Amino acid sequence: MRRSLILDTTVRLVFDSAVVLSLYLLFAGHNQPGGGFVGGLVAGAAIALRYVAGGLAEVRGILPVRPWFFLATGLALAAGTAIAPLLLGQRLLDHAKIEVDAPVLGTMKATSALLFDAGVYLVVVGLVLMVFEALGDDAPKPTVSDTKDVKP
Amino acid sequence: VAGGALRRKAFLIGGIGPLAALLWGAWHAWDVLDGGFVHESIDWVPALGLGIDLRFDAFSLLMLLLVSGIGTLVFAYALGYFGDTAHAGRLAGILTLFAGAMLGLVLSDNLLLLYVCWELTSVTSYLLIGGDGRDSAARAAALHALLVTSLGGLAMLAGFVLLGQQAGTYQMSELLADPPTGPLVATALVLVLVGAFTKSAQYPFHGWLPAAMVAPTPVSAYLHSAAMVKAGIYLVARFAPVFAAVGVWRPLVVAVGLVTMVAGGLRALRRDDLKQLLAFGTVSQLGFLMVLLGIGQPAATAAGCALLLAHGLFKAALFMVVGIVDHQAHTRNMRELPPLGAGWRPTKVVAVLSAASMAALPPLAGFLAKESAYEAFVHGGVGDRLVLAGIMVGSILTVAYSSRLVAGLLRPELLTPPRPVRAAAPAPTLSFLAPAIVLAVATVVLGVVPGVFSELVGSGARALDGVASADLYLWHGFTLPLALSALTVLAGAALFVARRRVAAVQAALAPSWSTTDAYDAAVRGLTRAAGVTTGVVQSGSLPIYVAVIMLTAAVVPGLGLVLGSWWPGWPDLVGVAVYVPVAALLIGGAVAATFATRRFTAALLLGSVGYGMALLFVVQGAPDLALTQFAVETLSVVLFLLVLRRLPDRFERRTPALGHALRIGVSAAAGVFVFAMAIAAAGARTEDPVSVAMTRQALPDGGGRNIVNVILVDFRGLDTLGEITVLVVAAIGATALARAGRRPTGAPHKDQA
Repeated sequence: MRRSLILDTTVRLVFDSAVVLSLYLLFAGHNQPGGGFVGGLVAGAAIALRYVAGGLAEVRGILPVRPWFFLATGLALAAGTAIAPLLLGQRLLDHAKIEVDAPVLGTMKATSALLFDAGVYLVVVGLVLMVFEALGDDAPKPTVSDTKDVKP
Repeated sequence: VAGGALRRKAFLIGGIGPLAALLWGAWHAWDVLDGGFVHESIDWVPALGLGIDLRFDAFSLLMLLLVSGIGTLVFAYALGYFGDTAHAGRLAGILTLFAGAMLGLVLSDNLLLLYVCWELTSVTSYLLIGGDGRDSAARAAALHALLVTSLGGLAMLAGFVLLGQQAGTYQMSELLADPPTGPLVATALVLVLVGAFTKSAQYPFHGWLPAAMVAPTPVSAYLHSAAMVKAGIYLVARFAPVFAAVGVWRPLVVAVGLVTMVAGGLRALRRDDLKQLLAFGTVSQLGFLMVLLGIGQPAATAAGCALLLAHGLFKAALFMVVGIVDHQAHTRNMRELPPLGAGWRPTKVVAVLSAASMAALPPLAGFLAKESAYEAFVHGGVGDRLVLAGIMVGSILTVAYSSRLVAGLLRPELLTPPRPVRAAAPAPTLSFLAPAIVLAVATVVLGVVPGVFSELVGSGARALDGVASADLYLWHGFTLPLALSALTVLAGAALFVARRRVAAVQAALAPSWSTTDAYDAAVRGLTRAAGVTTGVVQSGSLPIYVAVIMLTAAVVPGLGLVLGSWWPGWPDLVGVAVYVPVAALLIGGAVAATFATRRFTAALLLGSVGYGMALLFVVQGAPDLALTQFAVETLSVVLFLLVLRRLPDRFERRTPALGHALRIGVSAAAGVFVFAMAIAAAGARTEDPVSVAMTRQALPDGGGRNIVNVILVDFRGLDTLGEITVLVVAAIGATALARAGRRPTGAPHKDQA
């Protein structure tokens, strides 16, 4: 696959920012626009950029784990967060929250809903990776039924 | 199933279960023999009336002795029968599971729990008959058994539900103590009987039992003689004292039982395969049991309890002997058996004793049972005399095929002309034979010491029917039953002596058609019907699927809209001036997409519709939705591109003019419907929207200010969990489909290579 230098460089710059943005959306989601689903989609879009620049090999090179790792971890995290309250004698999906007053950062609040949302995030990212894995390798030639200007 | 490394030693571990149950039963036997019972109850699904209610009374004790006593011996026997194959470990596991399910069945006091155990025995039996799944005959036989017994089981479940709803309880003890009445009860009972008939291999559902003989012999000895086939008998025995007079119960049970007894005996006479002979003999004896325990008369019930125990003992022993012969001589066909030399004497003794008990010769357990059965019917009216005649014919046949079995083992030259002498089969070791010896000893002991037998049987019968009692003696004096027994043995012996002529008559009269053919035809018909239906419903054409879905969506709720007064009036279409350019983008993109000739263009135009929607969300003040919509649209376009690379560049235009018009019509119908539905739904609100409460509760309950997110992760968290599970499944499915389409056929999978 021939690579474009400009695209390559731009994508590398944008990719990290996009991933940071997606994480921001994930963490901010409980109080501001965002959330695990949107965050995952933004991360997916970032991955799509890497795909455009370098194909499936580039996507596979982002992380040392395969896509189903994300799917499994995400689902386990979300399901675990949902079930954990049952083990503690509460109802399914009851969320706990803690507030911490840190000296410099101010009041920080974390709820277990964030873990659930992180699971959603991972599943969405895994889904996008899986789709690239499934359809993203070099395509076979299309069946020629319109004979005019078929681009491989 | 674990146990691969243990090989056949797994049977040692598996045997612990039935042995423990046996010891527990023996420990508690004194509690229940005088009419008491042990009761345990754990809630399971209280809303359905489903609980783990176990009730151990004297009849359960009888069944428990059969299930776990013979179970323990079968495990010991399997140790000698199976070589060290990994398959043996799996078999031991399933056999243990089966023993547990069967115990649950006979101890359950809850009809629904009984049904669960009932189906568990069907499923484990399927696995046991099917073996390791490499033999197509075994698979077919397993499927036959599963289909017949589980269809019967479903009928039975319907019967249980009808009974339970009429009685207001699913507790068997309460239901039988205070039986429901009403027209539905008779129907329910017939349904329950269908279940019992299929499970206990009664005509015309018996075909699966002889077919199941492809299973390894330890399995046959346990499932198809002692345990599983007794499940139907057990259920009938429980119900009969209370329900025998309701509806068609008594005539139905007696007729089916007698037909089964006689027809099974006739078929057993014609089998050369020892195991097949025993299988049809079992069918016949099950018919006998069905009559005795199903007729609902105290004396017959007691006789049935006696036969239940006696049959379990002699039939399991005979199966074990046949398995030993098969194992040592590598054939079960009595016309091909090699000489069984000196070392075979103990085996032959066991076989003769057990067969004699089957033929009801004194002083064995089978004799006592048969005698009390005759005794139960000699004093009654015309109906009882008819039943007596029926079971006598069946018993005569039993004597004849028992003789045939013994002759096949001891004096094969009686049955076939002399053949070239084959090498003698090696005699079995004593430990291999030991379980069968235990059973044969029990057969003799119960016959010679009728007091123990009487006590067991009498208590068991009393647990079923308060007025029943058992009075088993070897010698009653010169009574009518004794004369009838003598007549039975003589007539059976005569049948055996005249076997060539009998065989000729049977061959001439044999029906050209059997119930197995009917089963095969039914399965073939079902498969063909399924094929035709699938061909019609699943045409494989994506446009047709989409058209059907859209038309259904438009027509079904659409009719409701058209018929009702639904139009709330035009809503405020243009609220803000910004709506106009956004709407123009949406409508323009959608219309343009229908005119696009290239797939890529169409995808981009659809994308613009999506972005338009996102803009609309922005205008409405829903940043979260807008953000999500933007991200989704962006990714969708990328994914579209991935797929479009594999498709021709342009749309195909090969549909005829009519098809084109039809497509426009379907699309228009769907569009108009969605538009009308949106307006109607928005105008149909009568309650406060749920979002009001959610908005109020988001911060205090959900701990977040972003309402959409709080809904997603908290208020509707379970939905989200379900949705991401669907996402995972879809991702795995899509990947598998995409790869399956591309992997060259026959090439090994990447992971396996």
